[in-house]
Amino acid sequence: MTEQTDLLRRKFIKQSTIVSSALAMPMILTTNKASADPVEINMLAWYGHGEPDVVSAFEAENNVKFKPKYYAGGDNMMALIAQSPPGTYDIILSDGEFVQQLNEAGYIEELNADDYPFDDFLFEDFTKFPGHWKDGKLFSTMVRFGHLGVSYNKNHVTAEEAMSYQCFWKPELLGKVGHFDWHLPSLGMMSLYNGNAKPSPFDIDGSAWDKVQETTMSLRPQVGGFFDYGGTFNSLKNGEMLAMCGIGDWITGVLEKDGAPVASVVPKEGGIQWTESYCIGKGSEKAALVNKFIQYMLSPAGQVRSAQMAAYPGFCVTQGGVSALQAANMVEAERTGQVEGAVNNPIRLIEEGRIHYRDIPQQQSLEDWNDFWSEYKNA
Amino acid sequence: MKTGAQKGLDGYALTWRLPVIFWQLFFFVGPLLFTIAMTFFLVKNYRMTEAFEMKNWVKMMGKGYFWDSYFLTVGLASLSTVTATCLAFPAAYTLAFKVSDNARRWAVFFLIIPFFTSYLVRTFSWYVILAESGVINNMLSWIGFGPYTMLNTKFGTMVGYMTLTLPLVVILQTLSLANVDRRLIEAAQNLGANGIWTIVKVIIPSAKVGLIIGAVFCFILSFGDFVAPYYLGGSKPPTLPIMIIDTTKSGQQWPRAAVVAVVMMVTLMVVAFASIKFAYRKK
Repeated sequence: MTEQTDLLRRKFIKQSTIVSSALAMPMILTTNKASADPVEINMLAWYGHGEPDVVSAFEAENNVKFKPKYYAGGDNMMALIAQSPPGTYDIILSDGEFVQQLNEAGYIEELNADDYPFDDFLFEDFTKFPGHWKDGKLFSTMVRFGHLGVSYNKNHVTAEEAMSYQCFWKPELLGKVGHFDWHLPSLGMMSLYNGNAKPSPFDIDGSAWDKVQETTMSLRPQVGGFFDYGGTFNSLKNGEMLAMCGIGDWITGVLEKDGAPVASVVPKEGGIQWTESYCIGKGSEKAALVNKFIQYMLSPAGQVRSAQMAAYPGFCVTQGGVSALQAANMVEAERTGQVEGAVNNPIRLIEEGRIHYRDIPQQQSLEDWNDFWSEYKNA
Repeated sequence: MKTGAQKGLDGYALTWRLPVIFWQLFFFVGPLLFTIAMTFFLVKNYRMTEAFEMKNWVKMMGKGYFWDSYFLTVGLASLSTVTATCLAFPAAYTLAFKVSDNARRWAVFFLIIPFFTSYLVRTFSWYVILAESGVINNMLSWIGFGPYTMLNTKFGTMVGYMTLTLPLVVILQTLSLANVDRRLIEAAQNLGANGIWTIVKVIIPSAKVGLIIGAVFCFILSFGDFVAPYYLGGSKPPTLPIMIIDTTKSGQQWPRAAVVAVVMMVTLMVVAFASIKFAYRKK
C-alpha cells in the first residue's frame, strides 16, 4: 500500500512538474522576448514619414519601432494633440507655420541647437525658421521642404503657359482644373496671382482679401473637383484633371517617376514653400531616442531617405544631404534641381525672391479663409 | 381576453428584449443625445469646451452654402431612390415570378456577394471604368463617340450610389414580391387584367410595404454617403456628409459638424416615419 502511495506521489510530482513547466514556458519565453522587444516611438506626422522606406534603417540600428499616426493639415494635427494626454506623441512632424502654435500651447520640448548640423544648412533662413525659436530657445528643426506652384499635364499645357497661374483660366481646361482640398495653398496661390507677394501672400489687408476671393471665384467654372491626397494622384494620373492648384512636385514628382506626363513649376508670380519640421512631444519619456532620430534625419543618410520618400519627395536641407543624394541618385537630384546651377534649384528660387513661405493668414482668421473655401466649393 | 400575467410585466419576454434595448441605448440614443449636446459646445484653441451657446446653430443656419448643400443632398438622394427603385423592380419581378426557387436563391446569393468587398474598393474600381481613358470611353471610341466626362460629375455620384444601394434594393424588392399571394394574381388575370394592369393594381399594392422599405433604405444610405460624392462626384459641389468632414478638418469645428449631423438625422427621421406611415396606410 505504502509502495503504491509512493508511486502515486512520485507520479504526481513528475506530472505536475511537467504541467507546471509547460504552463510556465510562455511566461519564460515572454520574459526573454520582452527584453528584446523594440522600444515603441509614437509619431504624429504627415503620411509616409513612419514607413519602412524612411525609418527601417534607424529602427534596425536602435531597436526601436515607430508607431505612426498620420494627419492631413496643420489644423488636424493641432486637434489630435489637443485631444490627447501629454506624452502621447514622442515625435511630431509639423508644418513649419504651425510650430509656433505648438509652442504657444506648450505641446513641444525645447531642443539643443548644438545637436543639429545648422552649419551645414543650405540657407541661413532655415536655421532660424520663423516660429522655430522663441526667446533664444530652439523648439523645432526643419528637416525637409518643397515648392508649390502650377502642376500640369504636359500634353495639354505648355511649359510656357505653366509659367503663370493664368493658365488655370485657359478655356481648353474648362472643368479640368483640380484643387488639392486645403484652403491655404490654393488661396495663397490666388493671392500671389493678384500680386500680393510682399510682405507675404498670407499677410493681406481687407481689400486685398476681397480681391483674392473675387479672383478665386472667377476660377470656379474651370474647376473639375476638389481632391484629397489619393484623389489628387488619381485624377492627374488618369488625365481627368489637366492642371492642379495647390500642389507641386510632392505629388507630380511621384507620378513623373511612374511615367505620367505631368510636371510642376514655380510660375513667374512666385511659388509657395511647404516646410516640415520635427519637434519632440512634451512629456515624452523617449526624448533622447527621438533626438537621435532627428539627428539621423538630418544626417546625409537620413536626408537621402527623406528626399526619396515613397509617399512624396522633399528637398534636402543640408549640403551633406544634397551631396549624398547626388551620389546615391543623380537622376533624382537633377530632376528636382538639387545640383549646382540648375534653373529650378530650390535655393536659387528662394534667393531670387520667387518663393514665399506658407503661413497662416495674418490679417484674417483661419476661420475666415475656411468659410470662404466652403463657399467656393459650393459655388 | 388577456390574462393577468400577460397584462403585467412579462419577465421572460423582457429578458430577451433587454439586449436590443441596451444596444439602442448605448449605440443610438446615447450618441444621439451627445451629438445634440455637442452642437452647443464651443471650440477654443482646437479644443472642444463644454458650453450652452447657440453660436454654432446661428452660424450654420445662416450660411447660404449650408442650405445649397442641404437641398443638393436631398435632391441627389431622392434621385438615387427613384433610380434604384425603377432599376431594381424589373430584376426583382423576374426573380420573384419568372425563375425557379433555386435560381432565385442563387441570384440573391450573387447580390449579396458585392457586400463582401469594401465599398471604397468597389468605388475606386469605377475609376478604371469611367475615366476618360477608361473602359467605357475606349469602347465608345471604336464607334466614333466620346470621350465623355463621367468622373467628378453628378453622374459619377449616381453610379456610386447605385453601387452601394442597388443590390440591397433588389434583394428587398425580391423578398417582398415573392411573398405576394399568387391567388390574387390569378384572380386578377381570371377577371381579365393584363400583365401591366396586374402589376399596377395587384402586385405593387400587395408588396407596397417591402417596396417602400427598399426605397427608404436607398434614401438613407445615399443621403449619408460620403464616398460616392467625394470620390466619383469630385466633391463638386459638396454634399452634407462632405461638409461634415470639411468642418471637422478645418479648425476642428466638431460642434458645427454636429449641427449638420443633427439636421441630417432629423431629415432622415422625417423621411423614414413619413414613408412607414404611407406604407401602412389603409385605403
